[in-house]
Amino acid sequence: MSVKVIKVGEDILGANDEQARDNKTRLDGHRILTINIMSSPGAGKTSLIMRTIDHMKDRARIGVIEGDVASSVDADKINEMGIPVIQINTAGGCHLDANMVESALNGLPLESIDLLFIENVGNLICPNAFALGEDARVMIPSVPEGDDKPLKYPAMFADTDVVLLNKTDLAPYVDFDMDAFTSTVTGLNPDVVIFPLSCKTGDGLDDWFTWLDSAVRGKKSK
Amino acid sequence: MFARPGVLPYNRGKVARQQSYLPDRRPGAGRIMHELSITESVLNLALEKAREANVAKITRINLVTGELSGVVAECIQFYFDIISKDTVADGAELSIRVTPTMLHCDKCDKDFSPTDGRWTCPTCNEIALDIVSGRECYMESLEVE
Repeated sequence: MSVKVIKVGEDILGANDEQARDNKTRLDGHRILTINIMSSPGAGKTSLIMRTIDHMKDRARIGVIEGDVASSVDADKINEMGIPVIQINTAGGCHLDANMVESALNGLPLESIDLLFIENVGNLICPNAFALGEDARVMIPSVPEGDDKPLKYPAMFADTDVVLLNKTDLAPYVDFDMDAFTSTVTGLNPDVVIFPLSCKTGDGLDDWFTWLDSAVRGKKSK
Repeated sequence: MFARPGVLPYNRGKVARQQSYLPDRRPGAGRIMHELSITESVLNLALEKAREANVAKITRINLVTGELSGVVAECIQFYFDIISKDTVADGAELSIRVTPTMLHCDKCDKDFSPTDGRWTCPTCNEIALDIVSGRECYMESLEVE
């Protein structure tokens, strides 16, 4: 039998991108501002979400999708705050994809949510390659991880909209060069917004809240 | 309807959990690697194209992956051999061409390929750049019988 060649020329993650677009259309229909939160494990994604819920809950109806390899530890904390939350366990998977988010959306009361946080699996390597249907990507590096993280994981930093540099309260105890960090991140990504902050002390959180509040209102008025 | 505002009925005291994304047929129970989900996308796309062209057997799949796509070629073939069983792609060889990362320094207005993973411009030693290529991850063609 003769061998034939079929030209394809299609993106391998095309199916994920398509599902992400469907998710986005659905979320847009409800005017839900959707934030994809990415960081290494332990940088403070859940703490940041909880701090933000505390501050924003009276002015926006919040929902959360928690992505973890295993356990519902994070989702349990959010649930205790009285916030609708869905836990996705990826069973070893290193990122969330658009299909997982779609099924999580089916379990959330979308008609009564203004702001949705999707907490991605803690990982600085690949979550950026998988669109979920989000409006904005927020990365949370933290001071004790070191100022070289953007150099080591450039693609993640090049793809984000907002960088929340967490744990600034630990700066006196570690060698972290803020100027080096900032110039690397803005070099990779000139449009990025950087907010240094501490979930522990609350320093710097107001700037983030102001940014988020205006983004939520912007989405509502679209 | 809700006990507390914003709390789902099913949510009271218990978190709603999605089922884990791990069908039983998969190897290495408890582990889904990044490459497995990519491999599934490769297989699905190949099978879709084969169906459209009404072919009986896929012998080779030509892929192009950029260095920044984070795909490990050896893993893809390993997973592919397992998940393509009993499909028209069973036994197909994957040919993966890896394209290097190419960056553009905005200050020097020059393209360069980063050496030892450092994204600093070799001319001005600064980081002010755009990614020209390296993210791509696509199926170029299928060879079929």
